[in-house]
Amino acid sequence: MNQQIEPVTGRDLFRQHFEEVEDRFSSNGQSWFMNTRKAAFARFTELGIPTRKDEAWKHTSLNPFNEVEFRPSDVSDVDSKALLEGIVFHNWKAHRVVFQDGQYSEGNSAINNLPKGLTIVSLKEAFSTHREVIEEHLASYAGEDENEAFVALNTALHEDGLLVMVEKGVVVEDPIHLIYLTTSHAHPSSTHPRTLVIAEEGSQLTLIERYAGEEGSVYFTNAVSEIVLGENAHFDHYRLQDESPQSFHIGTVQIEQGRNSRYRTHAISIGSRIGRNGIAAHLDGEGIECVMNGLFLTQDDQHIDNHTRVIHAQPHCYSHEVFKGILDDHSSGAFTGRIIVKEGAQKTDAIQSSKNLLLSDDATISPDPQLEIFADDVKCTHGATIGQLDTDAIFYLRARGIDEQSARGLLTFAFANEIIEQIKIEPLRDYLEAIIARRYRKGAL
Amino acid sequence: MTSDTLMLEELAQSEYKYGFSTDIEADTVPPGLNEEVVRLISAKKEEPEWMLEWRLKAYRHWLTMEEPQWQNVHYPPIDYQAASYYSAPKQAGEGPKSLDEVDPKLLETYEKLGIPLKEREILAGVVAVDAVFDSVSVGTTFKETLAEKGIIFCSFSEAVKDHPDLVKKYMGSVVPYTDNFFATLNSAVFSDGSFCYIPKGVKCPMELSTYFRINEASTGQFERTLLVADEGASVSYLEGCTAPMRDTNQLHAAVVEIVALDDAQVKYSTVQNWYPGDENGKGGIYNFVTKRGKCAGKNSKISWTQVETGSAITWKYPSCILMGDNSVGEFYSVAMTNNMQQADTGTKMIHLGKNTRSTIISKGISAGKSQNTYRGLVKIGKKATGSRNYSQCDSMLIGDKCGAHTFPYLEINNKTSQVEHEASTSKIGEDQIFYCNQRGIETEDAVSMIVNGFCKEVFRELPMEFAVEAQKLLDVSLEGSVVYIKRLSLRENRIKGKNDYGNY
Repeated sequence: MNQQIEPVTGRDLFRQHFEEVEDRFSSNGQSWFMNTRKAAFARFTELGIPTRKDEAWKHTSLNPFNEVEFRPSDVSDVDSKALLEGIVFHNWKAHRVVFQDGQYSEGNSAINNLPKGLTIVSLKEAFSTHREVIEEHLASYAGEDENEAFVALNTALHEDGLLVMVEKGVVVEDPIHLIYLTTSHAHPSSTHPRTLVIAEEGSQLTLIERYAGEEGSVYFTNAVSEIVLGENAHFDHYRLQDESPQSFHIGTVQIEQGRNSRYRTHAISIGSRIGRNGIAAHLDGEGIECVMNGLFLTQDDQHIDNHTRVIHAQPHCYSHEVFKGILDDHSSGAFTGRIIVKEGAQKTDAIQSSKNLLLSDDATISPDPQLEIFADDVKCTHGATIGQLDTDAIFYLRARGIDEQSARGLLTFAFANEIIEQIKIEPLRDYLEAIIARRYRKGAL
Repeated sequence: MTSDTLMLEELAQSEYKYGFSTDIEADTVPPGLNEEVVRLISAKKEEPEWMLEWRLKAYRHWLTMEEPQWQNVHYPPIDYQAASYYSAPKQAGEGPKSLDEVDPKLLETYEKLGIPLKEREILAGVVAVDAVFDSVSVGTTFKETLAEKGIIFCSFSEAVKDHPDLVKKYMGSVVPYTDNFFATLNSAVFSDGSFCYIPKGVKCPMELSTYFRINEASTGQFERTLLVADEGASVSYLEGCTAPMRDTNQLHAAVVEIVALDDAQVKYSTVQNWYPGDENGKGGIYNFVTKRGKCAGKNSKISWTQVETGSAITWKYPSCILMGDNSVGEFYSVAMTNNMQQADTGTKMIHLGKNTRSTIISKGISAGKSQNTYRGLVKIGKKATGSRNYSQCDSMLIGDKCGAHTFPYLEINNKTSQVEHEASTSKIGEDQIFYCNQRGIETEDAVSMIVNGFCKEVFRELPMEFAVEAQKLLDVSLEGSVVYIKRLSLRENRIKGKNDYGNY
């Protein structure tokens, strides 16, 4: 008899993963963390993989994801030099940290000349060397939002990741360039990268967090970043998701902000078949500034779902959020942004907007900007627009001898570039500009 | 808390004026819900077989459904077996032949409410009213005047008997009996309501109005309104509601269906003033209503205007399905919550036809410890090319214990449509009040003015012909001098010390 073996997927699959890695986790230096992992996995089992019946996942179907039998990522010995060539920027000073298939890749990283007060250490190592920090911070923040199931899964299964610590008052001049790279495997693979950033009082830091994979490979990245900003700390964050078009990416960023701290992020999603971003900021102190800029570009049958949540827990904070989407072909996108102003968080100034451009008749977008306000002396606005390019602008360009296709290309480019041009890191800005120019300025100028 | 926020909160207090109940002997079905009760209601109303079948189908479907949980309002579980599903003012023998025969006590109730039916006829034909008392329609005015034009305006039970073809054709065509938990419950046990049909090309010469009142304790009210505007017809319709003050919560699960055929125009205005419960949130009406209009024909238009001030919980989304090409949907809403009231209201605009347009203007005002939520969906189908939507949701908070929430959902499936959504939150500024005070305007008048200005966009959509009616119902002048917040705020609890304005 030739009996077809049903592939193991979804919750059962990850149970297998957990059982496989359990021994490994409990034997090395991180055995003390095992209880947290077990509790997280129990939570994941309880929640299960979200379906469209869950309000927070109503725009995203994980059916294609549930059909794939992922394997825990093996430590691959693939030489990724060629792959990295297209990702790293040359002639640019940065502390580069590369993770290949979920494991720290010393050969590809360059973190030799760390300034005083900056600690960069792989999480696996940190379990032994910085146990107190991990005990205090890891898995203490993320997961209160709609990505909870996947955050729990990451906590249970993460093999490696990065711990970044900046001491009080230290200004780190060169940015940290963090790359999570996935190479192709015989089986669909899965990784759960974890990042923990602790910026102490008055420190300054720039982090570029990148997710990339080999073209054509099917894999699952379940990334979680926790960021803790002390009083008056400044943190510039760039998160670029440029995974392979066949991959699945679920990313969660949780930011804990202290009094007078400043957080700026650029969340840019270009890759993955199904991509989900959850960014949540907890403004727990007065005088905090939180800026979120987002851009997602989709084509073919991609689906990108962005969830942001800004919690104003204290008075006198400022948050500003702009998310832009450009959707082409059969792709679809969603944006759910929630601003929560808690009781007593007076004088809150919160702005949120979602602007979207549909380039094809088959593309769809669902923006849900939401406000939850429990204080009366606040200024909160949100807006969403979906539309075409400005016909007057097209006419203006055409009147100057630019053909229609080029005119549209130029305007689409300009729409995306409004986000890109705010990026302070020059090589990254050039890199992204080149991508959007290639995509939208086809044949124009 | 500063003295002015205190004052603002005091301003937002008031008492419910329509909280009397009328001692009328009523014919009430014992509490409980089962097939027998559905059959009994149908039998009491002497309904034809097909109507009973429809009810039973709905009831059986209801048994398979679960109560929704996604809403942003909270209430203890409702025991559907504890409520009575039918209550009618008891009449000796036959029903009333004319208004003169209606129980004078009942008429008195309406007198108190400010819709003296008899006065209507004298009042030079301003409005035709169909009044629904608990579950039964008690009298329809101006029937003859309307009949001359071919307009049918009667209670739902009459329509079932006299115009079965129309009812059969349109009932459930907009809100099918399987639609949602409360609509299905309504389909099974609905008691009465209004039916209105405007024939081809007829412009209804007067405003039509339905007046709802829950009188009996522990009864639910489930009325059903069906409004059909045939090709080229136009009508404006107003609905008002009140209920007595009681400690227990009562369920009001109504269904309103509107059908607009080619070039037809329907304007539906609601002034909802059910008993909101006391300041600790005890008692009050659960207003869980399904209202939906279908622009079935091309160039048709449906416009919803609602002023929601009552109910312990308001949970409804008057919607428009824009099927016909070039059809238009509008939604204007003012939702005011105070004390422990909760509201989760908004609209759905489903664009299916080409070049369809919709406008949403929503104003939410929260005071006391209330929670006010706007939730709305704008969906633009793939074939609805060239469609346009504009939404604006503004919230105002009075006091720092209340909440204002906005959850718009937008789903856009083609590239030629444009959708815009804007929302803002504000409060009554000290400087605004100071500015008014400086000019000799007292604080309460200033609050009225500011809130009125805030709601003006919606108030001006209410039909002016209803000024008499609306004033009596709501004690609100729509021309812009005093707004409903004044009614809510200033009648009983005049602020203690007007000059207690220490800051200035």
